[in-house]
Amino acid sequence: MDAFGLANYALFILVLVGIYGLMALGLNVQWGLGGLFNAGIAGFFAIGAYASAILTSPALPGRVGGFELPVAAGWVGAMALAALLAWPIGRVCLRLRSDYLAIATIGVAEIIRLAVRSEDWLTGGVRGISGIPRPFGELPYFASQLAYLALVAAAVLLAYVLVERQLRSPWGRMMRAIRDNEAAAAAMGKHVESRRLEAFVLGSALMGLAGALFVHFNRSITPEAIDPMIVTFLVWIMLILGGSGNNRGALLGALVIWLIWSLSELLTDRLPTEIAIQAKYARMFLIGLALQLVLRFRPEGILPEERRTHGRDQDDS
Amino acid sequence: MDAYEFINFHLVPGLLLGSIYAIGAIGVTLVFGILRFAHLAHGDLITLGAFLALGAVTLGGLDPWLALPVAMALAAAVAVGIDASCYAYLRERPRILTVMASLGVALMVRSVVQMGWGTDPTTYTTGILRPDEYFGFILLRDRELATFAAVIVLVAALEAFLRLTRWGRAMRAMSDNPDLARLCGVDNRQVVRLTWIIVGMLCAAAGFLLGINTEVWAMMGWWVLLPVFAAAILGGVGRIDGAVLGGLVIGLAEELSVLVLPAQYKSATAFVILLLVLLFRPRGILKGKVL
Repeated sequence: MDAFGLANYALFILVLVGIYGLMALGLNVQWGLGGLFNAGIAGFFAIGAYASAILTSPALPGRVGGFELPVAAGWVGAMALAALLAWPIGRVCLRLRSDYLAIATIGVAEIIRLAVRSEDWLTGGVRGISGIPRPFGELPYFASQLAYLALVAAAVLLAYVLVERQLRSPWGRMMRAIRDNEAAAAAMGKHVESRRLEAFVLGSALMGLAGALFVHFNRSITPEAIDPMIVTFLVWIMLILGGSGNNRGALLGALVIWLIWSLSELLTDRLPTEIAIQAKYARMFLIGLALQLVLRFRPEGILPEERRTHGRDQDDS
Repeated sequence: MDAYEFINFHLVPGLLLGSIYAIGAIGVTLVFGILRFAHLAHGDLITLGAFLALGAVTLGGLDPWLALPVAMALAAAVAVGIDASCYAYLRERPRILTVMASLGVALMVRSVVQMGWGTDPTTYTTGILRPDEYFGFILLRDRELATFAAVIVLVAALEAFLRLTRWGRAMRAMSDNPDLARLCGVDNRQVVRLTWIIVGMLCAAAGFLLGINTEVWAMMGWWVLLPVFAAAILGGVGRIDGAVLGGLVIGLAEELSVLVLPAQYKSATAFVILLLVLLFRPRGILKGKVL
């Protein structure tokens, strides 16, 4: 690969780091802050991707859509729809322990997958949706990639600032109090269920936005483009490795894991075909193993959650 | 639609699927009740069990039904090994971390299956089996009769074990109240190991029965994870009879749903039932636990 090709590849990787970083931030709101187990991240990602695709793509006979709305409207629509999907699920499951939410979100992801495959009139079925506009898409290839990266970076930065503010606000303190001792927080008059619902909906909206960013980058979407288990799992390992409860940790995790994941793909692609297929599953095995290892040896992640204690004696030091 | 069609194309397949779900749901309900977490790797252990039986058939040249006990023994060993290596050290930490670890185990088990056997669906035996007619109007294949028989034997044996033996009572005691059980001298670690042995065996049985009635493929267990959990929660977490009842209800509901829903949404039925149960009766029909 020459220098230009390498730069292009680096841009491509960085855009995806940004997209996964956004999902890791969303998961950090849910898990890091609220202790909510979302095992259907890919479902919210897919909802966002398809929502934005349908809102912004050109019309095609036999399919609803082709509204050709501006891309920004697609992004807002993606967040709104992901939030709208999260709300009833959260309402039903958040009264109970997070185990039930885990099962229900697995269900959500599977149902969305079924719907995306079979509702031709809405999602184009297995053919998917193509011709999705891309901001700055009319520029030459390299400049267009660079401009899109800037856009993704701006979205991630905005999300980071917002989530960081939430985390440091009274709302964030309340969430952590609920996560660490639900009974005590409830006894202090905090409305546990509503706070959790807010965290769940906010996190899901960020995942939907990530889907929208992905679909406009890719310019097309098919059901095959999203492997639920891999997407969900990558985001989980990003957050846990980076440090749950820490937004910078979430972004760092996204960078590290996505680099390892895509560089290892470069390696396995060079293997002879017979081994290449095995190697694909070996990579999946290794991310599963990585999670076990992090949980065992570094459960707080690379950048642990900051535990600031407010009090007189801390001020002196 | 006449009664003949209803019975043979909806009722019997529903009961068949439901009885297989029941075996899966008993495993889920045992882990949920005794170890108190949602074991998300259950579906992929079912897949592994089915493939272990396939291995015994293709490598050992066994008859499929003789491969079943072999697969059950192997799966029990795998389940104990997974617990010792991936769950045991999390026992003192918040339970939700074990749920997360089990999602990782699900991915690992699945990729082992895919590395070992590929992703193409296969079957234990080849050839088309014609159903026989019973009572003049019920069509059943031999393997379907054997499946019903196997499910009844397994459930009866498990119930007998839990009610009549010392270890079975210890398991029930720990399900009711782990601290009290420990105070009364129940060795929790032994009970945990025993639970995983039983759960591994049940996974292999569910996988084998599903595989012999349909196909053996890498995603078969992941696809039944949701119905199996729905069945366990619908019946009441921690209750064996509840899991059987829940399994039958979910299996029937899925097979009957094609009367009103497009067939591709069959597997959405379990999800809808799960949400309704969590909304209106989280303890399930038979009043199980709520975590």
